[in-house]
Amino acid sequence: MKRTGDSLLLILGILVLWQVLYWLAGDIALTSPTGTAEHLWKLLGTARFWGHAAETARAFAFAVAISLVGGVALGVLLGLNRTSGVVSEPILIALYSLPKVTLYPLVLLCFGLGMSAKVAFGAMHGLIPVTIFTMKAIMQIKPVFWRTAHVMRLTPRQMAFTIALPAVLPEVIVGARLGFSLTLLGVLIGEMFASQRGLGFMIMSAMGLGDMATIMAVAVFLSVFAIAANALLMWLDRAIPR
Amino acid sequence: MTEPAGNDVHVRLTGVTRAFELSSGAKLHALGPIDLDIRRGEFFGVVGPSGCGKSTLLDILAGLSSPTQGTVLFEGKPINGVPDGVGVVFQEDASFSWLSVHDNVAFGLRRNGVDAAEVSRRVDYAIGFMGLRDFANAYPAQLSGGMRQRVCIARTLVLQPRLILLDEPFGALDQQTRLLMGEELLRLWRETGATVMLITHALDEAAMLSDRVGVMSARPGKFIDFINTEWPRERDSRIVSDPRFGAITSRLWDKLRVESLKSMGTASPGASA
Ligand SMILES: Nc1ncnc2c1ncn2[C@@H]1O[C@H](COP(=O)(O)OP(=O)(O)OP(=O)(O)O)[C@@H](O)[C@H]1O
Ligand SMILES: [Mg+2]
Repeated sequence: MKRTGDSLLLILGILVLWQVLYWLAGDIALTSPTGTAEHLWKLLGTARFWGHAAETARAFAFAVAISLVGGVALGVLLGLNRTSGVVSEPILIALYSLPKVTLYPLVLLCFGLGMSAKVAFGAMHGLIPVTIFTMKAIMQIKPVFWRTAHVMRLTPRQMAFTIALPAVLPEVIVGARLGFSLTLLGVLIGEMFASQRGLGFMIMSAMGLGDMATIMAVAVFLSVFAIAANALLMWLDRAIPR
Repeated sequence: MTEPAGNDVHVRLTGVTRAFELSSGAKLHALGPIDLDIRRGEFFGVVGPSGCGKSTLLDILAGLSSPTQGTVLFEGKPINGVPDGVGVVFQEDASFSWLSVHDNVAFGLRRNGVDAAEVSRRVDYAIGFMGLRDFANAYPAQLSGGMRQRVCIARTLVLQPRLILLDEPFGALDQQTRLLMGEELLRLWRETGATVMLITHALDEAAMLSDRVGVMSARPGKFIDFINTEWPRERDSRIVSDPRFGAITSRLWDKLRVESLKSMGTASPGASA
């Protein structure tokens, strides 16, 4: 309960700061919180907005599925073998810290404009953190758990589903939370540069028109979505005993 | 079921050794050669200096690792992988942090496809037996180290193994609880007729619980003495006041003191539990 209170306080603080900034900077740079809410409300009533939102949602769903499923699978494979885990960790971290925008021309070359490029760009951002978290979690499973599993004569399948999976789940959820936000970011950046559709494109074209109200409204919409999703994953995380 | 220690051999080790390949390429001779018969239904205690190879011996008996040389027979058959009917309580805490005490204890039974009513009957009994009734729904993180170890013991016992291997299971317990847990173990041993091998660093525990205590040398561990305690099968911690108890304990210490000194002198930094 206390955490919910803290979060509310934080949101309130941001709103106040926003209002103050608006007073200071004026209409050209920023729209006011109430103005943005009004504009968002109007946008929510248009088919155009929902068309773009659906497009982003579709790309994000694909990208997040690739990030999570692929990241967990890759992490398990690399983590199960100690050597491969130790070798690949610095490589993954190097890849992860690479500014991915520099790879963008390459992605466009491979996938062209449109859906697949957006998905690829989203997955590029989300896959690696999920892989790293999963791999580290697998490597840190206590050896005595494996020994116990052997003594109980579990099949490899039983070991995977009744020992490995629950043992790494808390870590994997942390990785998923990170992967989730980064994938969203990746998809939006993809839409900004290589698409005629989606919320990222909407922001980009609003920028071209100097339509501050739309930019802010879409940003607020995305933030609310990201915060809600994160809260859901955090709740899931806390529901797991450890 | 409650047949006393018979004379038929339950476990037989012949010329068993174990060497580890170190990352430096050198070979570490950790154990043996060991020739040992454990009789069916016997309570066999093992004491030895730290790092002498007790856990290594247990791994070999459990089928978790193969001897470098020699043969191991369990119920007359060579061990190849973990045999059916062997239960192990490890030296480290092996309770599953993501399961409640009840589900931890039920874990093996459920994997074996035992039906739900039978699972809950056996689990309730084992949880009561181990004094964990008030904690059935707690998670390991909420328990003390000693209680977690009891969860592991219960988890092994419900599977009704014919050979129970315990690696310093009471190491994390205080002296009083230790004695009482020892009595529980004795009761269990009597009731099930299982063969027990108990590794311990507490000489009094070995002397009180065992039919026979094997004393191991410093690494590479070999058995340098066997002491038959000749306790009656019906026994409890009160035998500590028996004059023979003192005699057994001091004979154990005599043997062990020399070996412990040796092992402390040669202890390598790599030696671990
Ligand atoms: N996997 C391994 N690789 C290399 N050396 C090992 C390995 N396992 C055990 N050893 C070494 O073998 C020796 C015996 O180890 P073991 O764990 O069997 O001793 P122990 O008698 O159980 O000791 P403790 O009383 O401290 O538990 C030690 O020197 C240890 O360092
Ligand atoms: Mg040991």
